[in-house]
Amino acid sequence: MIAADLNIILPEILLSVFAMAGLIGAVYTGKDRLAPMLVWATSAVFVALAVWIATNGSGTNVAFDGMFIDDGFARFAKVVILVSAAAVLLMSQGYMERRGLLRFEYPMLIALAAVGMMVMVSAGDLMALYMGLELQSLALYVVAALRRDNVKSTEAGLKYFVLGALSSGLLLYGASLTYGYAGTTLFSGIIQTATEGEMSLGLLFGLVLLASGLAFKVSAVPFHMWTPDVYEGSPTPVTAFFATAPKVAAMALFARVLHDAFGGAVGDWQQVIALLSVLSMFLGAVAAIGQRDIKRLMAYSSIAHMGYALMGLAAGTAFGVQAMLIYMAIYVTMNVGTFAFILLMERDGQPVTDIEALGMYAKREPGKALAMLVLLFSLAGVPPLVGFFGKLYVLRGAYEAGLAWLAIAGVIASVIGAFYYLRIVYYMYFGEDREDALDGGKSPVLWGFLMASAVIMVVGVVNLFGIESAAQAAAATLVN
Amino acid sequence: MEEMLREYLPILVFLAIAIGLGLVLILAAVVVAVRNPDPEKVSAYECGFNAFDDARMKFDVRFYLVSILFIIFDLEIAFLFPWAVAFQDISMVGFWSMMVFLAVLTIGFAYEWKKGALEWE
Repeated sequence: MIAADLNIILPEILLSVFAMAGLIGAVYTGKDRLAPMLVWATSAVFVALAVWIATNGSGTNVAFDGMFIDDGFARFAKVVILVSAAAVLLMSQGYMERRGLLRFEYPMLIALAAVGMMVMVSAGDLMALYMGLELQSLALYVVAALRRDNVKSTEAGLKYFVLGALSSGLLLYGASLTYGYAGTTLFSGIIQTATEGEMSLGLLFGLVLLASGLAFKVSAVPFHMWTPDVYEGSPTPVTAFFATAPKVAAMALFARVLHDAFGGAVGDWQQVIALLSVLSMFLGAVAAIGQRDIKRLMAYSSIAHMGYALMGLAAGTAFGVQAMLIYMAIYVTMNVGTFAFILLMERDGQPVTDIEALGMYAKREPGKALAMLVLLFSLAGVPPLVGFFGKLYVLRGAYEAGLAWLAIAGVIASVIGAFYYLRIVYYMYFGEDREDALDGGKSPVLWGFLMASAVIMVVGVVNLFGIESAAQAAAATLVN
Repeated sequence: MEEMLREYLPILVFLAIAIGLGLVLILAAVVVAVRNPDPEKVSAYECGFNAFDDARMKFDVRFYLVSILFIIFDLEIAFLFPWAVAFQDISMVGFWSMMVFLAVLTIGFAYEWKKGALEWE
């Protein structure tokens, strides 16, 4: 019995043992000298686990009496999380090393955050949900404040911590109400009580508070306030991490709670999710227009993108979940490339985040500028790039679920949002050539990720690398 | 009803003893203690800081480290108590779960120690 349970959570156990062994091994021997090696080792472990989960898992396995669910949906999310975390970890090494930020705790904290995210997407119980969420969040609070002697970085860490604690409080309050009115913390038990039109008021409150807490984690409006400051203040590789894996994990957790625990009451949460979605899309599109700092701009961009992913959830159908998974996978790929470019933005070895510094970048670095152009067009959702197909899926999901108004709002917000992506392209190709122009960082790893991401955006239009059918199979295990 | 109330008798006895003992100690201090006040003794005490002062002052972050460590081990004890009380009834899984929990805590403690967080110069 227990052996079977442990076998199901073996990837999580291995990753946490690796993190603890790395922590103790490094602190008793080489300390920060081992950091680059640990970064590579952690990435290798992430990729190995992703391959293992992708190839080895089959069917739906439930461990610990339903607290932990290993199904197709969880495996899809885990693979995306692990691969993107590995990519961001590799991208961060050079940047952090040059600035003396690369401590051996960094890869270990990322590994622990990954364990938390894996538990989140597999949670089948409110307690497992909270444990995973907190393990992830605590590790992220620390890496946000990694640059301890920098006011903005410590502010980012503190702000993230205080607001994260607030959101945890909301979530816990919702969880306690749900438990009180459903009589169980298991999702499989809650779904029996939470049926359409017959939900008690307490359970409804629990659902709304749970959704608020989770909306905080995916930075959906009106719970987005922390995002721009945390993105701006954290070291850029950490920002890149925030924008990728944790977003996937939180979004997958959102889908799991809504479908596994409240799947019988779609009508009760559809309006809430649709509202979060439409607000996020519009705020993300409008508020980014005034931003001159590319990290803040990416923060608003991620808020808008979360709005689109939520649109898939709002549909409340298997197709909607499939659209959300495809959207998140595409979003993560685009963001890895975009942040590789941001990490390359340097002048005399100092990072630059002002978008006007990109003036006539295309003249000096035509290759990188072209790759960034592709990524920005894809982020804006311009056909025929891959980003467009992500949007197409969620719009179709919303439309087919009878939320035509939401789909139309999404298209309008997308057109508004295109402005600030295209403005960066304008600066790169037609901006003024300034004296203090970027001198272009040289890093083969970053260059590789930037180019690979851009190539995927173009080549992927053929068949989206088969992600479509994988996401469909994953969604089918969640919604039935 | 009578039966149920009798079950709570130990609590009542405990309460009475607690209140009685507290009163005895306070009264004993009033009656027998030597009184020799000076300004330092009678001033309000607040964890080593002046009680009424500017809130924006620097103090050592190590206070936090030690107090966080204290809270962690305090909570650990809180988990250990029910485990120890039910020791007869728990299975091997229960036993080893707690051992794993303690091992994870020890790893954190060993890391903190080796990192030098407990050095006080």
